[in-house]
Amino acid sequence: MKSTNFLCRGSTRNLHGDDMNTENNSGVEAPIQIEMSGVDKVFGNGTIAVRGLNLTVQQGEFVSFLGPSGCGKSTALKMISGLLSHSAGEITVNGHPPGQSQDIGYVFQEATLMPWATVFDNVYLPLRLKGVSRPDAQVDVEAALASVGLSKFNDSYPRELSGGMKMRVSIARAMVTKPKLLLMDEPFAALDEMTRSRLNNDVMALWKKRDLTVIFVTHSVFESVYLSSRVVVMAARPGRVVNEIAQHDNYPRTEQYRTTAAYAENCRVVSQALEETMDHVDINH
Amino acid sequence: MSISTTDPTGISIEKRMRRHAQFDRLLRLVIPVLTLLSAVAMWEFLVWYHEVPHYLIPAPSRIAATLITDWWSLMGSMWFTVKLTLMSLALAIIGGVALGTVFAMSRVVEISLFPFAVILQVTPVVAIAPLILIYVPNTFYALLICAWIMAFFPILSSTAIGLRSADHNLRDMFTMYRASPWQRLRYLLIPSALPYFMAALKIAGGLALIGAVVAEFVAGTAGQNTGLASRILESSFRSEIPRMFAALFLVSVLGIIIFLITSWLSKAVLGHWHESEIKRER
Repeated sequence: MKSTNFLCRGSTRNLHGDDMNTENNSGVEAPIQIEMSGVDKVFGNGTIAVRGLNLTVQQGEFVSFLGPSGCGKSTALKMISGLLSHSAGEITVNGHPPGQSQDIGYVFQEATLMPWATVFDNVYLPLRLKGVSRPDAQVDVEAALASVGLSKFNDSYPRELSGGMKMRVSIARAMVTKPKLLLMDEPFAALDEMTRSRLNNDVMALWKKRDLTVIFVTHSVFESVYLSSRVVVMAARPGRVVNEIAQHDNYPRTEQYRTTAAYAENCRVVSQALEETMDHVDINH
Repeated sequence: MSISTTDPTGISIEKRMRRHAQFDRLLRLVIPVLTLLSAVAMWEFLVWYHEVPHYLIPAPSRIAATLITDWWSLMGSMWFTVKLTLMSLALAIIGGVALGTVFAMSRVVEISLFPFAVILQVTPVVAIAPLILIYVPNTFYALLICAWIMAFFPILSSTAIGLRSADHNLRDMFTMYRASPWQRLRYLLIPSALPYFMAALKIAGGLALIGAVVAEFVAGTAGQNTGLASRILESSFRSEIPRMFAALFLVSVLGIIIFLITSWLSKAVLGHWHESEIKRER
């Protein structure tokens, strides 16, 4: 097998029996940043969104949640951020219950910008809510905009930007508080292939440069393999982790990586794991 | 290879586009004004041609002459109506926004008080006005209440809906960054509610005027310190039809001015970002 490990968590099946790699991309044992154990999420109408979710994410990892619609990827992300409460089990983020850590940036599926505010004011928002004055925030906001290549768009309104540019503003807004953990909920799903590819590279560069931990929800096998140090494959009804596939290929991964045999093989393996999630569907839910 | 921005006539495309836009703006002004002037001219001609007596239908020229001779008396009445309309509108804005905010913040308060607001809205003001005139000894305040009832509901209902219409992801983001209730209101809920509020303001402006006029009709007030509705009533009793038309003309002018001001305000507030006020290039 290529440099890909399989480990089944939250279920009893280990596809290949390899141990999960517990080192981050620098090769050093990293502290645990997120711990989820036996987490359930049951909505008010009785829908079991997630059941028995077990997951550990270490500092500096780039983890993708991959799975079919309704498998609880976004629910898991929202529970980590504290936006959704969990019904059972335990979640800790930086050692605290979710929602208590301020070191989190969140990028939504849509750019979610305030249409009445300029690009600068949109990016300034998280600092403004923390009570930072505009002059004091100026440097950080401009640096965040520069990091996504939008230095010249301070005074533009969201309606004047393309879809890709809006998403860059959204990323800049998530990064302006210099978080250690970045949660991204299918951020590029609505974008064209070229823009998506560029933004993939931008996110990967930010991850390396800022020593971030990223949890990235996606439907795309190719995206997850290209970006991640680990792909967490989830199954639906009820949502749960059925597989974790480490991606050992070295960073930085450039566009050339997409044309390599290793990448193709990793995509094949992840695709197969994804297909197998259909076998895990519990029709009673 | 460079792309030319000059068409075969030698005029740059930018210049042509600018000229086209200016012509378009001019057309939007000229066409309605010309149509209105044509209608007035036709009215004048038909009255003159058929020799219609002025106590049935006065010619526009006669109405204009009445406006000039009765100018100060009509202006005094117009000022009264303006005062009544603007005060009722201001009170509707204050009350509607305040209660709408409370409704948006508390479901219990909304469920408890919304039926009263609906009753006020659906009961015709002409039916409530006599009661208000009995219970409120000061006629001006009684008229103010009637006009306020008309303008209040659209502001209340739109403010409550607007404050609840903020994007749920933005709401989540404010929660994540632990925004205080004031920050949430100031930076998210109020801007989200603005398009709804501005639409309601346009309606409420017209309704406040209608309320002021209708209430005065019902009150049947007379004397010096009264509004345009009283002038209309008074003129109808005396069969002074040109004066009736003159007062009616002033009510319409007032309505148009209120509409233009609220439309301008809406453009000023929403023009740079909201879909309803953005002009798209074609």
